[in-house]
Amino acid sequence: MGEVRLESIARECRVQILRMLAHAGSGHPGGSLSVIDILASLFFGRLKFDPTRPDWPERDRVVLSKGHAVPALYAVLARAGYFPDNQLVTLRKLGSPLQGHPDRTALPGIEAATGSLGQGLSISLGLALGLKLASSKSRVYCILGDGEVQEGQVWEAAMSAPKLGQPEHALDNLVVILDYNKIQLDNFVKKVLDIEPITAKWQSFGWPVLEIDGHDVAQITKALDQAEATSGGPTFIVAHTVKGKGVSFMENDPEWHGRAPKPAEAIKAIREVLGVAESGWENYLKTDSATRAIVDELSALEKK
Amino acid sequence: MPAKASRAAFGEVLLDLGARDERIVTLDADLSKSTMTVGFAKKYPQRAFNLGIAESNVIGVGAGLALTGRIPFACSFACFIVGRFETIRISVAYTNANLKIVGTHSGVAIGEDGYSQMGVEDIACIRSLPNIGIIQPADELETKQVIAYAVEHQGPLYLRLTRQNLEPVCPPEYRFQYGRWLTLRRGHDVTLIGTGGPLFNCLEAARRLQTDGISAEVINAACIKPLDEEMLVQSAGKTGHVVTVEDHSVAGGLGGAVAEFLGEVLPTPIKRLGVRTFGESGDPKGLYSKHGLDPAGIADSVKKFLNR
Repeated sequence: MGEVRLESIARECRVQILRMLAHAGSGHPGGSLSVIDILASLFFGRLKFDPTRPDWPERDRVVLSKGHAVPALYAVLARAGYFPDNQLVTLRKLGSPLQGHPDRTALPGIEAATGSLGQGLSISLGLALGLKLASSKSRVYCILGDGEVQEGQVWEAAMSAPKLGQPEHALDNLVVILDYNKIQLDNFVKKVLDIEPITAKWQSFGWPVLEIDGHDVAQITKALDQAEATSGGPTFIVAHTVKGKGVSFMENDPEWHGRAPKPAEAIKAIREVLGVAESGWENYLKTDSATRAIVDELSALEKK
Repeated sequence: MPAKASRAAFGEVLLDLGARDERIVTLDADLSKSTMTVGFAKKYPQRAFNLGIAESNVIGVGAGLALTGRIPFACSFACFIVGRFETIRISVAYTNANLKIVGTHSGVAIGEDGYSQMGVEDIACIRSLPNIGIIQPADELETKQVIAYAVEHQGPLYLRLTRQNLEPVCPPEYRFQYGRWLTLRRGHDVTLIGTGGPLFNCLEAARRLQTDGISAEVINAACIKPLDEEMLVQSAGKTGHVVTVEDHSVAGGLGGAVAEFLGEVLPTPIKRLGVRTFGESGDPKGLYSKHGLDPAGIADSVKKFLNR
């Protein structure tokens, strides 16, 4: 039951990701679609938060270190009630708090500025340590990109995390999730600079590592349970994902790392995400007024 | 008060402040014996974190700690910590994390270790970032006040400290104020604006200039960002000649800041004294002499600048 709900929320968020990127005319669909099942599982199956009090000290923290996937975070934050859905279409527009990469000072709900890759894990260590020092029960979730772990700072943080705060403030409140979609901007990760053997690397730095299918909410939930039950240090989860997951023409194509869909492409992508055949699309839209409104809005954008 | 390095004053005052404020923590990158946080680490082992030789991680962990309400001092040599500029830019300044970044061993006056250990571009880098202030105290008294102030200040700060001993320059009754400078000596022919290490030499140069009939005003510019614009306009307007003196590159340091501001507001002839090359190994006094930051060098530059 919980899984069906999470899958349904993730589907809605995929629609919003495609919608906002088409309106923005630029951005990163591939990595947003690969990480959304993880984010949806966190926000709607796990996290303590209160959208009316974004700075509530007892909240859990999510640091999206791969900040270019922020459309996925915006979709989740809007769904969680941090701001209204209609603000999503202001993504990347002048004056919008929905910056192209996360800006903590602009949008409540963003825990740290990220997107300059390699920095989010260190911040997450600091958050986790600070919470431990304050005897807080709050937890910290850091999401890394696969290309991102080519950055040296990630390994400075990886080396220190299992030792930091030991023994009384060990960072067992920290979970790091690798969105391993196998593609970075220029090409396949394997072709640019292979990060394998990634599990062995993190294990050798002292981390327990779990490997899961990052689109299977049951597996995500189970891994998060397991991490939460682990004491004495942080946990690393390798989430195998598909770049552009849910949209046939985006999946596994480096081209869609950093290119926004045109409105017509976004409409087609939304149809695919919702699992509707082309022949049944018009009839479907008669039954789903929310999607109808999004599609109408995109059609109008196409004509501009 | 005897001469004391600002890093030593920092280490001492941190012990007192740490007793009063549980939120204070220190972060180091294997240089705690040099940054002088080692005393704090001994007294408060639960609140001192040595993260190894990994300055980017030190800055990022500090930012995260600050976001949970701690008041972290992230410490290393000025060149190493500010060298991780991109992490300061995003994790600290743009995030607006309440982190205090401490760069010790600033300037060529570290001496024998040579250029790779000298922070002479750190002010220029940090000065280009919004949100973050820059303070460089000039003696023990001022350092202790600046560190106490930094604990209260909301927002990121860069604190620039010295390896070498500093002679006292501030009067005992002095109270540091953020964004305010201190006039150490009044004069009417030229304004000498010094910061940190060479400030004592500015006072000595002013005494020598007096014997040559030149009346030099000497200002202690501890706060480099923001500048004390009011005092700057007032003094530059009075003397019509400004000389900046710093143990830092002349590009983008205090001199750069003063020149940029006056250029827009009150165009005034300016001479920037500071470092114009890479540094090198040598004794600190010899290096100050070579870079024209000793009393004789400062006095000579002022006379040439004034055509006297």
